[in-house]
Formats: sequence, C-alpha cells, structure tokens
Amino acid sequence: MDRFSKFDLGGFLARQGILVAFALFLVGFTIANERFLAPDNVMGVIRSSAILGVMALGVTFVVISGNLDLSVGSMMSFSTIVVLDLHDKIGPTLAIPSMYAMVLCLGAFIGFLVGYLKLNSLIVTLGMLSAIHGLTLTYSGGKNMDIADKEGTWFSFFGQSDVLGIPVPILMFALLASLLGIILAKTPFGRKVYAVGGNGTAATFSGIRRARVVFTCYILSALCVATAGLLQASRSLGSQNTVGQGLELEVLAAVILGGASLLGGSGTIFKTVIGVLILGFIQNGLLLVGLQFYVQYVVTWIIIILAVWLDIAAKRGKLWSPIA
Amino acid sequence: MTDQTPALRLEGIVKTFPGVRALDNVSFSVLPGEVHALMGENGAGKSTLMKVLGGIYQPDEGQIVVSEQPTVMTSPLQAKSKGIVFIHQELSLAEELTVAENIYLGELPKKAFGLVDWQKLYAQTNVILEKLKVGFDAKTRVGDLSIANQQMVEIARALTVEAKAVIFDEPTASLTDAEKVVLFDVISDLQAHGVGIIYISHRMEEIFKITDRISVLRDGQYRGTLKTAETNEDEVTQLMIGRKLDLSRNETHHDLGAVALEVRDLSCGKLFRNISFEVRKGEVVGFYGLVGAGRTEIAETLFGLREPTGGDILLNGEKVHVSSPADAIEKGISLVPEDRKGQGLVLGMNCRDNMTLPQVSDLKAGPFVAEGAEIAIFDQYRDRLDIRTPGWKQLVGNLSGGNQQKIVIGKWLSMHPDVLIVDEPTRGIDVGSKSEIHNLIRELASQGYAVIVISSEMPEVLRVSDRIVAMYSGEIIRTFTSQEVTEDNLIQAISGINPEKAA
Amino acid sequence: MAPGTLSTFLKRGAIWGFIVLELVFFSVAGEFLSLSDKAFMDLDNMLLLFKQSAPIGIIAIGMTIIMINGNIDLSVGATFALSAIVLLDSMTWPMFGGLGDGVIPLAWGLALMTGVVLGALNGLIVWKTGVDAFIVTLGSMLGYRGLVFMYNGEQPTSHLNWTLVDLAESQFMGLHTPTWFLIAVTAVIWFVMNKTVHGRNAYAIGDNRTAAINAGIRVGPHFVINFMIIGFLASLSAVVFYSESGSVNPNDGELYELWVITAVVLGGTKLTGGAGSVLSTLGGVLAIQLLRKGLGHIGADTETVNLVIGLILIAVLFLDRQLNLKGREALKT
Repeated sequence: MDRFSKFDLGGFLARQGILVAFALFLVGFTIANERFLAPDNVMGVIRSSAILGVMALGVTFVVISGNLDLSVGSMMSFSTIVVLDLHDKIGPTLAIPSMYAMVLCLGAFIGFLVGYLKLNSLIVTLGMLSAIHGLTLTYSGGKNMDIADKEGTWFSFFGQSDVLGIPVPILMFALLASLLGIILAKTPFGRKVYAVGGNGTAATFSGIRRARVVFTCYILSALCVATAGLLQASRSLGSQNTVGQGLELEVLAAVILGGASLLGGSGTIFKTVIGVLILGFIQNGLLLVGLQFYVQYVVTWIIIILAVWLDIAAKRGKLWSPIA
Repeated sequence: MTDQTPALRLEGIVKTFPGVRALDNVSFSVLPGEVHALMGENGAGKSTLMKVLGGIYQPDEGQIVVSEQPTVMTSPLQAKSKGIVFIHQELSLAEELTVAENIYLGELPKKAFGLVDWQKLYAQTNVILEKLKVGFDAKTRVGDLSIANQQMVEIARALTVEAKAVIFDEPTASLTDAEKVVLFDVISDLQAHGVGIIYISHRMEEIFKITDRISVLRDGQYRGTLKTAETNEDEVTQLMIGRKLDLSRNETHHDLGAVALEVRDLSCGKLFRNISFEVRKGEVVGFYGLVGAGRTEIAETLFGLREPTGGDILLNGEKVHVSSPADAIEKGISLVPEDRKGQGLVLGMNCRDNMTLPQVSDLKAGPFVAEGAEIAIFDQYRDRLDIRTPGWKQLVGNLSGGNQQKIVIGKWLSMHPDVLIVDEPTRGIDVGSKSEIHNLIRELASQGYAVIVISSEMPEVLRVSDRIVAMYSGEIIRTFTSQEVTEDNLIQAISGINPEKAA
Repeated sequence: MAPGTLSTFLKRGAIWGFIVLELVFFSVAGEFLSLSDKAFMDLDNMLLLFKQSAPIGIIAIGMTIIMINGNIDLSVGATFALSAIVLLDSMTWPMFGGLGDGVIPLAWGLALMTGVVLGALNGLIVWKTGVDAFIVTLGSMLGYRGLVFMYNGEQPTSHLNWTLVDLAESQFMGLHTPTWFLIAVTAVIWFVMNKTVHGRNAYAIGDNRTAAINAGIRVGPHFVINFMIIGFLASLSAVVFYSESGSVNPNDGELYELWVITAVVLGGTKLTGGAGSVLSTLGGVLAIQLLRKGLGHIGADTETVNLVIGLILIAVLFLDRQLNLKGREALKT
C-alpha cells in the first residue's frame, strides 16, 4: 500500500488547490495594498458577498444531488419585489413569512418537476428562470418597487444593522452556512444527497427515496433564495425587477470554484463559502489596486477554467485531454 | 491447411498489470478461411488479449504478426487499417444516423468542399448489405432497427475493409435462433473469401457447429489448441478449468423453518408470467436460466422496482404490496443487484458510507449520523466477510471486484433481512473470492435467512441451492430439489423442455 | 409503425403545429379581445415578426449545431456584445478615416473575426483541457463580458453610419435585410449539417462520442469548428442588429444564451446531443416571437410573455416524457 502513504503533491494540489490559490491571492493582494486585509475591508468584502453566498449555499445542495438550478437569480428578484410590496401593504411582520411561503412554493414546484417527474433540471430551471421573471414583472406591473417610509421601518435591520459590531448579513450568511454545512456533512439527509448525486440508481437500490431527496434540495435552495431576497430588499429598501438577473450563473461559478462537480456527488458547503469569498476578494483586491470591477470577470473566467482543469487533470493523470 | 501462411499470428504475448500476469506467453495463429474459437473462463485473459490486438494495450513482450508482417497495433482504427476488425459485444453505433452513415462512420466518402458523396455511400453500402442479405435499407435510422439488425450493421462495418481477420466477441448473446442462422451464413461467407475468424463464445454447441479449431486460455496462459473435429466438450472444458467441471451439489442440510416468502401467479407484462414459488427460512433457492429468461425481473419486482401486472407476494404468510425499494427494505427484503457498479455501490463514496447507506436514517445520535455506530457496523462486517481494505475511508471504487461485492453483501446483511436476493453473486470475481461467497451463502442459510440466488453459472447454482428453479422465456419450467437435479435435465429445462410435462 | 416513430414524428412536426395553433388562437382571440382593429395575421405584422426574430434566430441556429455536437455555449451573449462594440468602434478608428463607406466591409470583417476568435478560444479550451463545455463557456461568459467592459468602461459605444442604417432597413422582395440574413444562415447551416462530412460527423459525435472516437473521427477539431461557427453567428447577429441601432450598451446581449437555448429546446434538439434540426430551431424562434407579439395583440401585458414561454418550455419537456414512458413494466429507478 505504498501508494497511500507517499505524499502526492499533484493529488494534494488537486484536492486542496483552491485553498492554495486563495491563500496566494490573499498574500498577493496584501503585498500590493496593505489595506487589503484590514478588518474593515475584510468585513466589507464578506458583507457584499453575503447575498451571493447565501444563494450559493442552497445551490450547493442542488448541484451535489446531481442537478442544476438556473432559476435562483430570477427567484431572488421575485422575493425582493414581493417582500418590498407586501411591506407597505401588510407590514413587515407579515410580509416576511408571506414572501418565504411564496418562494418555497416555487421551490416545491421545481422540486416536484425535477424530483418526482424526473424532468431535466437544466431545462426546468431555465423555464422557471423565464417564468418567474415574468411572474415578477406581472406582479409589479414592470415598475420599480419602493418602500414608502424608508426611515421609519425596522425592516432595514436585516440589511443595514450590526449586531455585536458584525453586520447582520454576515451573521445570517455565517449562520446559514454553519447550519447547512452541518446538515450536509453530518446528517442522514446530507449523506443521502451525496449518494443520490454520486449514483442515483445505486441510491434507489439502497432504499433511498431519491425523488424526496431532490425535492428537499430544491426546497433548501428556495429557502436560501428567499433569505437572499430579504437581505437585498432590506439593504436597498427599493428595487428593480431585475435585481437578481444573471446571479444564477455567478452563483454556479462560485459553487464550481469551490470544487463541486456538475455531475453531482462531490462538493462541500465549506468549499462553496471559499468559492464565494474568492470571487468577493478578487473583486475587492482588483479595486484596491486600482482596477475596475469588471476586470474581475476576466480573472474569474481564468480561475474557473484553471480550477476545473487542474481538478480533472489530476484525476486522469494527464494535463492535456487525450481526445484527438 | 497447416502449410498456409497464417492471416494473424500471436507470438509469445506477455502483458502484466501491477500484481497480475494477465497474459503469460500466449501464442496462437489463425489461418485464412479458418474459424478459430477462443475459449476460457471469465478472467482467463480473453478480453485483455483482444485489447492487445486492438492496440488499446501494448504487450510487454511478444509480437503480433499479420500476414507474416510484424505489426505494432496502436488503436482499433489502426488495427482495422491492417485488416484486423472487431465486432464488439456492446454495440457502438450512433442511433440517430442512418445505416450507411454508421457503416462508414469516420470514413464517409467525400466530394469537393467536404461534401458527403451520398450516391457513392449508398452504392457501397448496398453492396455490403446485399452480401449480408439483411432486410433493411441503407437509409434506415439505426435506432429503428432491432438489436440483431444493429449487430448486422456492426458486421457490415467489418466488410468495408479488405479484412484479413475478423474477431467476433460473443456475437450471439442477444440474437434469436433465426438471426443466428443468418450470422453463421455471414461467417461462412467470410470464410469462403479467405478471411480468418476468431470466434469468442461460451456456447459449446455453437463452437462445435461452426469452428475449425479451438484455442483455450486459462489464468492468462495459453493452454493449447484442439481440432474441433477431433475433440469433445469434456476435453475443452477440462482444458479451460484445468480439472473436471466441479458439479458438486450442495451437501449441507439443516432443518428448514417456516415459509418466509411465497409468490403466487406473479406476472409482469411480457417479462414473466404466472410465477409461483416459495422460500423457507434457512433455504437457498437457486434461479437458473439463460440471460433474458426473466429472473432478474422477478427479483426487481419483489424489491419494489417494478409494478407486477398480476399475482400476489406473501411475506411470512401475509399478502403485501411492495411499492419501492425503501418499502421492500422495511418489509425485510434485500437485493444484491446484478450490476455491482451501476446499481450496488456509489463508487465515489467510502466503504463505510456505502455499507450503511440503507440504514443511515436509523443510525442517529440526535439529529446527526452516529459515525461511531457506523464504524462499528463496518468493522463487524469487514471481519465477518473478510473484506480486504486499508480502512473504512477507502473509496469503494478503489477496491477489487470481490471486495466490492462483499461490501454490497455486508450492506444488506447488516439490515438483517428476512429474505435476501442475490443476483449473479460472483460475476467478474476471482476464483478465490467466488468460493468464499458460496460458503457465505450457505452459512447465511444455516443462520435462518431465506435466500434466493440468481445465477447463469450452473456450478454455482448446484453448489449453493437447496432447490433449483429453472426458467425459460419468462416462465418457470420446473423446480428441482438438489437430490433430483442432473446436469442434463437442468439444461433441458432452461432450453424450454420439460420431460415431466411432456410425458 | 416501429416503436418511437410516433413520438419522433410528433417531435419533428410539433413545433410547426404549435405555430399554427398560436396563429389560430391569437387571430380568434384577437377578434374578441384586441384593442386594435388590425388582424393578427397581417402581412406587415408578419414581416416585422421575421425581422425581429433575426438576432436571436441567427444565434439559435448556431446553438443548434453546438448542442447536436453534445456541447453548449453560454457565452454567446457576451460575444454578441463584444462584436457589436468592435463593429461600431472600428468605424471611428482614425486609420480608416479616409475610406468613407469603404469602412463598412472592414468593420464587418473585424466584428465577425472577433466572434470567430472568441469561439475558437472556447472550442480549443474544451478540446485541449477536456473541461465540460458548460463550465468552459460559463467562465467565458463572464470573461468575455469583462472584455466588453474593459473596452469602453460602462459607457455605451455609439456610431451611426447612415449607409448602414439604410442597408439594414431596406427591403428586398418584401423581406427586411435581417430576415434575409436569418434565411441565408438557416439555409447554409442546414446544408452544412446535412450534406457535409463535418455536419454528419458532428451528429455522430453528439450521438455516441465513444463510437465516433473509435471510428477515427477527430472529435476535437469538430468541436473547434462548431464553436467558431457559433462565434461567427453571434457576431453576425450583432452586425445585423447594430448596423441599424448604432449604439451598444455593455450589458447588451445578457440572457441571450438563455433565450437561444429555450428556442433550440422548443425546436426539439436533444439535450444530450446527436439529434436536432436547424429548421425546427427556426420554428422554435418563430414560436417564441409569435407568442410575444400575440400576447401583445390580445392585450395581455407584455410582462406575461416570459411567464408563458417558461411554462411552455416545461410543458414541452413534460409531454416529451409522457410520450416516451414505457408503461407499468418499466424499472422504477
């Protein structure tokens, strides 16, 4: 069993490469600008990543179970618009649970289609991306949504306040990440998610109710999306219909960056959080060294390709694809 | 005939993998116009040899000689260009394309500007199809053809080149009798054109019907070549297994308990009809039959994977409806499935997690999985089943076939089922692990489990079963006790002949 | 009838049946609900419909071959935007100053080249690294969009060339220039996919990649060619559209990939590759555009269009599943 005892640098880099890259980034940017790792800057980065991060947590479950969720962006717009609208109509105390209920219904619908009817998740969620976008526009009549009395509402608590000196969005992100991380890593349900994504047939043959597991993953994803919408609405107290547009792919990028395979069966919440933070810190670091925000797109592109490439290169033992 | 130049000759081929000498000095030759059978048990090295011939593996020693030209094979495609063509067991066709496009896949005739020369394509294809006397057209979509006709398309591919040797790998596995006749005609036609044929099959009657010589491999070694006309099945079998075929019966007996599972007139569409049998506690019932006889489908129905169209299932005397595997497990039925990697295991998960997967919801400490309890279960069954693994963290995908199968068996034993169904328990497993698993099955019965063993290997069924159910084409032909069963009446039964009924 | 033929037939014919259904429905419903007196199937209305279908349609034709090939391209929207910027900006470059309208073919050429290069880059990465096309193009969707912003910041890029505008707005035999482009692209790509060795090999690769590789088809170069084609078509779409509008925002083309994929799937192209048709994709594009116009015609909010299209996409998937169900005997996994 020599193979197991020898330290294997390639294998280590393949498994932990994303952490190594993250560390290199932090060092590099810190050298370039000493403000980079200052507490207020770090806090700022995490805070601005929190909404994306919360959504990525739910999508991690969906991806590990072997599916995709492209509807999270437009679902986030929907939840933001709905909660803002209801805020003035029925007050924040009722608006928040109502919004959660509606978004969970959408999640349940997707979960039913993908889990129980076994429809292709890419197409279902692509359709839902469009449908929910339409739903949002219909709901709002295409207009921006604003809270009338922006000063006098406690609703801004979720997006704008601090508790013990830590911004609430960071707390919510951390709380959800810990909770979902524990569920995924430590509970029977989490184990089943890995099994269903790793080999759905074998999971069924082991008595796992696969449809129910997939369904629950979409419910969790909806729950995260609703929370992200809440944070977004509370931060801005007003919103366009398209606030979450395009986020679905950024979220997916963060999850993939964290090392989850689109084939399912691998990934962790911790790694997703790292993926989210990498995206956030790259953006911030580039800004600090005087580059525009959009440079991060190009950098993210390169990092995603490199991360996934090195991962599969390590698995096949060859850098270049053997395909002719 | 022996004076001829061989179409293909292998000289002292050696191929080793870490720890295994997969091919050990294999030499034999195929003459033009000869049908040469290649035989050997599973794992004897036939498929490795084919991969060497096809250039997928490079031999460590020895050489391949095509028409007296030493040749280095680099890929199946290059082998084809040298006149060595493979007809694979698994079809490799593009279903959405036409017959003609599949036959000339990768070699479509071109006109100027990269256009396909359809006229030429169809003309060439029709020539080949006429040779094969098939009943379909060059423009038919391959996905619309029957499996047998798809196989004809594969064969037609071989005829696009000036073939020197054609290798058939279990070509009749999915063919009807009528289709076999056509295939044999094609083979004799190739023969008449001076092509050498390597014919790989387990089916003795075919071998004796169409081949000229038989070469045998055992444990990676070349065991000799026999002239078909001068030998018999026994001699070939002995060469293959190195001893007389072990047809020893199960000799252990113990008292049987109450009926654990009773099935009455169970049917599922065209898959199987009016199946009735019972299994007692402490009894092993073997299901024997050809591939496609409906045995696996019965197991799947009992395990809640198929909805029966008629009949009853009784567990411990009570009528039950099994709606899903989860339901089956709750009711005390477990299934060790036929396809270990596809259905039995999550290869990317570790040994422990695979073993405890069906009961992970029950192994809880508060809301969490009780990992200590899991490890205890894994340790218990690792010791009991002698599973060789560095530890529970090892990914199941890294284990050998035998150890993987033991993980699956351990997974179900740890659930303490009333009825354990084992489908092809030793497929693709080395000889040593095989007998371990056989002993284990007997041991389970003695502990009071009701066990159903489905197998396509007669020695296996004879060795483990108290009673043997012979199936043919979706029906039970006859049930034997281990005392009354003989090789002959068992083989007749699975070919659809029941002397008792006929008499 | 051989098994599967009915469902195959429905799949192939379904999109045109659906279009007829839409036409009938909106015409009849329009009679009762419409706020205007104009008939829905008015000639001008239909001509406009074709013209408006062109930008998405041209890209969708390219996506069809990518998906037949077993890949996907999420970066088309960004490629579209970058090509548009190159088109408009290059016309103002001083080195082309003295050319007058002679700058037009140069600008078109540069824009189209942009798409081809970006497509080739995607294709090469997919080929050489072996990373799935979904991930590669998800990355380049971000990356190419970054290039768009880097070109001109967050400012719109504008340049109106009146000769171009006239050309884009002109009609030939009643059809607008963009419509002609859409027709030409459909015809050419149909020809490529059905008549050339490259096209047939692309089907074979998507259908059974292992078989194709074993038959000696060089999978990688085919990937690259197809990605170059879709890059070219994304640029062509930009060229057609921005010649007329003359101004591009850095966010233009966002979500195009999703619209395009929707059209291709409605047209019945198999997600796993190997089956699909350029003509059916054209049907999918027209169906979506018809729906947009029709809902407007009967007085529904234009906002509901997205809702309806999304639900139809899911309904199509559901129907496809029902048609392919194997009955009670099937294995429940």
